[in-house]
This record gives sequence, C-alpha cells and structure tokens, in this order.
Amino acid sequence: MTALLDLSGLTKTYPGVVANDGVSFSIAAGEIHALLGENGAGKSTLVKMIYGLVSPDSGTMRLSGASYTPQDPRAARASGVAMVFQHFSLFEALSVAENVGLGMENPPKLRDLSQRIREVSEAYGLPLDPARRVGDLSAGERQRVEIVRCLLQDPRLLIMDEPTSVLTPQEVDILFTTLRQLAKEGTAILYISHKLEEIRTLCDAATILRGGKVVGDCNPREVSAAELAERMVGTALVAPKASKALTGEEILRVEALSLPPASQFGTPLRDISLSLRAGEVLGIGGVAGNGQDELLGALSGERVSAAQCVFLEGQDVSRLGPRARRKAGLLAAPEERLGHAAAPDMSLTENAAMTAAARKGLLWRGFVDWAGAKGFAQDVIAAFDVRTPGPGVAARALSGGNLQKFVIGREVLQDPKVLVVNQPTWGVDASAAAAIRQALLDLAADGAGVIVISQDLDELLEISDRFAALNEGRLGAPVPTADLTIEQIGLMLGGAHDMERVHV
Amino acid sequence: MDLGAISPTLLIASLMVAATPILLAALGEMMVEKAGVLNLGVEGMMIMGAVAGFIAAVEGGSPWLGFFTAAMAGAGMALLFGFLTQVLLSNQVATGLALTLFGLGLSALLGQGYVGIKAESLGRVDLGWLSDLPFFGRVVFGHDPIVYLSLVLVAAVWAFLRFSRAGLILRAVGESHDAAHALGYNVLRVRMMAIAFGGACAGLGGAYLSLVRVPQWTEGMTAGAGWIALAIVVFASWRAGRVLIGAYLFGGITVLQLNLQTAGARIPVELLSAAPYLVTILVLVLISSRAGRGGDAPADLGKPFHASA
Repeated sequence: MTALLDLSGLTKTYPGVVANDGVSFSIAAGEIHALLGENGAGKSTLVKMIYGLVSPDSGTMRLSGASYTPQDPRAARASGVAMVFQHFSLFEALSVAENVGLGMENPPKLRDLSQRIREVSEAYGLPLDPARRVGDLSAGERQRVEIVRCLLQDPRLLIMDEPTSVLTPQEVDILFTTLRQLAKEGTAILYISHKLEEIRTLCDAATILRGGKVVGDCNPREVSAAELAERMVGTALVAPKASKALTGEEILRVEALSLPPASQFGTPLRDISLSLRAGEVLGIGGVAGNGQDELLGALSGERVSAAQCVFLEGQDVSRLGPRARRKAGLLAAPEERLGHAAAPDMSLTENAAMTAAARKGLLWRGFVDWAGAKGFAQDVIAAFDVRTPGPGVAARALSGGNLQKFVIGREVLQDPKVLVVNQPTWGVDASAAAAIRQALLDLAADGAGVIVISQDLDELLEISDRFAALNEGRLGAPVPTADLTIEQIGLMLGGAHDMERVHV
Repeated sequence: MDLGAISPTLLIASLMVAATPILLAALGEMMVEKAGVLNLGVEGMMIMGAVAGFIAAVEGGSPWLGFFTAAMAGAGMALLFGFLTQVLLSNQVATGLALTLFGLGLSALLGQGYVGIKAESLGRVDLGWLSDLPFFGRVVFGHDPIVYLSLVLVAAVWAFLRFSRAGLILRAVGESHDAAHALGYNVLRVRMMAIAFGGACAGLGGAYLSLVRVPQWTEGMTAGAGWIALAIVVFASWRAGRVLIGAYLFGGITVLQLNLQTAGARIPVELLSAAPYLVTILVLVLISSRAGRGGDAPADLGKPFHASA
C-alpha cells in the first residue's frame, strides 16, 4: 500500500514544553490508524499540525507523495483532510445546517444542504434534524453534527478525536460500520481514542505516543488491551477494585420527582424515584440528552423541585439550594468542566474555595481563609495527581483530564455523605480514569452513597453495584450490575427510540 | 393646549428625519456586535462624522462629499478602536468609552471655525407623481436620499445576516471565535470589517444631524444619540427590524414632545424632554422580555480573541 499521509520528523515546541519530538509515521489510503497516548502525550498538537491549525517547527508532511504544508484548516480541507474535534467546534446559536455549511468550502443552498444532511445522517445511522439549534442539542447529538459535517465533504483523510465517548454501544457499532465502509471506499482514518478495546476491534495499525515521542507501532489486533495500555503509560495499570463494604442504611431517597424542562428543547424529569444506600454506587446510564444534566441539577439543588421529593438521611432537602445541600452533605460534580464545575479564569485555589468553603471550614465571619483554601487545593492536587505547576494556575490552563481529576477530587475530599457525578471520566485518559473510578469506589467503601451518571457503559459496569437507565427523563428500575451484560444494558437504555429510524 | 396645532402629516414626516441618525448608528453597531465586538464609541464616531461631514460639505460645496467624508471619518475612528482592541487586545469597554471622549474633544477642536455657518443641504428626492399624493406624498415620498438609504440599509443588513454566507460567517465569529478559528475563518479580518462598517454608519448618522436635521455645526450636537443607538441595539435583540422600530419610536416621541412643548402642554418640559428615552427603553424592554430568555446576544460579545492555540 502506498502512504496517503507521510509524516517525518515533526517537531513542535511550546515555551517550556516539547509537544512533539521527531514524530514520524504514515497512513495508507483505506487504513484505520489509531493514535494512542495519555493526556498531554502530544496527540492534539500532532493532529492540529495535520489539520493546519499549528505549523510544525521542523519536519515534513507529504500527502499522496506531494509536499503538504496547510496554512490553515481551509487549506487542509481543500486537500481532503477533515476533522471531528474533541472539544466541539460548533456554534450554539446557529442551526445544524448552518453549522455544517460553515465547515464546508462550497456549501450548496441551505435547502439542498438540509436535504443532504438528512440523507447522509440517516444513511450512517446518526439521525439529525437540520433545522434545530445546536444549543438545544445534547452532547451526543452535537457530535453527530461534527461527524456529518466531515462526511459531507468526502474526505480522503478523516481525523477523529475521541469520537465515541458520548455514544451508546449500538451507536458505536453503527459508527464503526460507517468508518469501515469509508475505509473500504479508500478514505484513511486517523482515530484517536482512550478506549483500547475499541481500537483493537476497529483499527488496522496503531502509533503510540508518550511524552511527545513515538514509542511504538503495532497491530492492535495482535496485542492485548493491557499491553497497549502499558506501552502508552509506561507502567502496568491496575484496574479499580471495590473493597466490598456491606451496604448500609438508606441515605438518599427521591420520590416522584418531576421537573419541567429548563429550556424550550430541554428534557423534563418525569416521576423519578430512587433509593441510595450508604456504601453503594448507583450507576445511571443513558444516551446523551435524556435528562442527565437535569437529574444532576435536581439533586445538587441547582433546580429546586416541589417539596417532599428529595430526602437526605430522612430530611426533606427538596426546597434547599445548592449551598444548603452541600452543607448537609449532598455534593455534586457536573459534566461540563469549564464553566459549570469550575470557573475557567479563576485559580485552582479559588475554585477549591468555591465549593468547599462551607464543608472545609474555610469561612470566618464572611471572610475566606485563603491559606486554608490553598492548602485544600494542594491536598486535591497531591491526592489526585493533578499535573499543574501549582494551585495558583487558572482552571482554564489545565488539560481536560487534569481538570476533571481536580473537580472530582475537590468533592471527594470534602467527605460527602452523597456524591452525584455526571460523566466523571469524559475525555480523560486511561490511567486518570482508573484513578477517578478508584476514588469513587473508595468513597463508597468509606460509607458514602455515590451516584455515577455516565454514558460510558463499561465504566458503569465496572464500578456500580446497581444500574438504572435514564430514558427521556424517566428512570428505570435499578438492576444489580452483577447480572448484566453490556448488550442487555444497551436494550435497557431503550436506546431503540433513537435507532429505529436507522433500520427502516 | 392646542392639539389641533399638531399636524399628523408633518409629525410623521419629521419623525423619519429625527430617527434617521439613530437608525444608521444603531444598524452599524448591530453589525459590530453580531461579530462579537462591543464598541461603546458610537457617540464619538457620530460626532466625528458630524464635524468631518460638515467641514467637507462647506469646503467642498457638496453635501454628498460631506456624507462620504463623514463615513470615512467614522470608519477611521472605528479602525482605531479595532486596532487597539483586536490587535493590541485592549479592553473593549474602556477603549470604547475613550473613543467617545476622544471624538467629542477632537470634533470640538476641528469645528471651531465652523460654528454658525450654514452648509448646503440635501434636496428632497423628486419621485414625480408619488410625491404629489395627498398625505403619503409628503409622509413617505417626500424625503431626502439619506432617509431612503437608511431604510434600504435596514433591509440589506437583514438580508445579509439572514441569507448570505458572509453574514453567516460574521454571526459565527460572534457566536464562538474559537470554533470559527478552528474551522479556518479569519476572526480578526471579519471583526475589523464589521467594525469599519459600524464606524461608517455612525459617521453617516452624525453627518445627517449636522447637514440635514439641524443643519449646522454645534459642539456636542449628537447629545447622547450614540448612547441611545447602543441601547436600541440591545433591546432590539440584535434584529434589524426591531432596530428600525426602536429608532422610529424614539424619533416619533422626540418629535411629538417638541410639538407638545410648542402646543403648550401642561407637563414639565424636563419630563417631556426625557420622554423619548424613557418610552423607547420601556417599549423595547417589553418586546425583548416577551421574546424570552434574552439569549439573543452573540455568545462571544465583548470577549477578546487571540489566535494562540
């Protein structure tokens, strides 16, 4: 096979960091090539160079044998390189069709474009309504917009950065079918993922990056996931283990909780009831946009419900706001790291003080004990291996995985009675994800109740004691996870409501 | 009080004249804000347009030269703002306020020799038999070309933002400059063009004051029109049609209260003078609150952008 894209000796240095150091590998037409590495291994910088967002300090790229030096993403797209971003590059106030049109060089008229979006999205099993505002779509649906935007351009090389993190197993299967079909048609795919099993089932070749350097190439079908992970991290990984404590008293009870949708296209919560015992991890799964954010908001107190709906240790906390619930021991870590869980432009110390002030005794007559807050931030950084120069750094400056470790760690170290987390390991590399899961299990082992809302079903199977599915704002009855397989869960999610159109 | 002295024909006709400067300035500012830039220097750009247009019309002898010069002067001021905020990344709010102060001062200096002079004004457009129609002839078809230009501009801005690809890119830049940059659009260039357009519109609005409405040069003659234009943009939820309603409403109340004053209404003059500001803001607040959520502001409005990633 001749190489479609050939990289040799690519180097990119940022002040203080060598992001890529002499990276060389090649991708053949029709090949699905995996790019593996921890957060900060240099994957993002590398794909940015290929997509023309960053130009390399040295080294050369060749596309189909010709020299390839894209000045900007438009030049890259013109050469047939398309990319699905990890951090969505979408415009919330614009419609799906407008968003797709913006990513194309010569988009057809809006009406024709809408028609094509419908055709392509349904053909590839990613149904989309072109007229909807992207701001009202869930994370999963937004990703479909990105993928469809790329597919409409008939790319020669498709770069996918963590494409499956918000999809159900069935959707992942369909996506893989799509990608294989594209590969058969001659499109090369550069596939970045932390999910090693996915890479083993999908990819023909893999390049592993560590610390900006290529540390190995392999055929992922011939090596085990554990081996891949070890080569990626450099050390052996330990899977999280629950030291099974006996589950105790009921600590959180939700009775017939209903909430109208917060926005025009939001999901309402319908008659949700659940019971959580001390020492238990309850996993809640569901396709993006089925009420996950709303459920977290209703439990954390961001949205107050009617009285007699949420009880913490028998006390009705339904009418209390987030601060009062935190004080009572009901803590939460929302999905969106920047802007929801953390204030992007504030330092880690300030972010630590914001949720921990009351429980860690950082307040004195209305004044914040900044020394104490800094100490607490340092504790979180140390306990959760957050890689940052120090607690004075702005939250925005941390990579996604490191900030996620920080926001989860901040809640865990406040000794919650109940902790609710949404997507705790989204976009986090394997070793950091394992650390976060272990921390949640340890917390439960110490007698707290933990609710993990996630779209990563492997994660839920791994750490939760019971599993419940959230579907269109309704919560199914919890089932012990020991009895479940991932296929059964997929059916429980009733994900079918979104998939039926595909089979027609 | 003699309400019979107020002629509806003249009222509506002068309403359009009174509203045109604000309409032009607000329309330009709307484009700027749609691109994600908050330029609070509208007042300064207007007054610079007023003085530059007046000087050019006096010296050159043609009101058209005056309007052209005014647009250039407004755009020049705006590009100064653009250079400071977009290239040197200065704070947009502070820079905009400084631009207003700078414009007021510089215009007073430039206009010193021109106080009390009269410049040649624009004639009415002769639309033949249309202008001879009773009532409508005077109200709708009896204006100067700039009034019609401003109305055409409303439609053009609306269509540009709604239907054209360039308009879509402009909105995209205002919604998320990071995403637009990631897709390969030149955020800086789009914003600079929008800023220059906004300045040119404000300059035209200013020149309309000094060349048609008053028509004379007096120091500080914009008297807060730029600020009203800014407020109208916000309360009009960044929509061209509502900007038109807001500007005409403001113009209408201004003219009405002047008429009421001359008719000898028993209302304190101060209250009458404040009425246009109060009523305009009140009505537009009601419109925008009924539209719900108020989520129409461009998401990246006023945020600095630097292509560092």
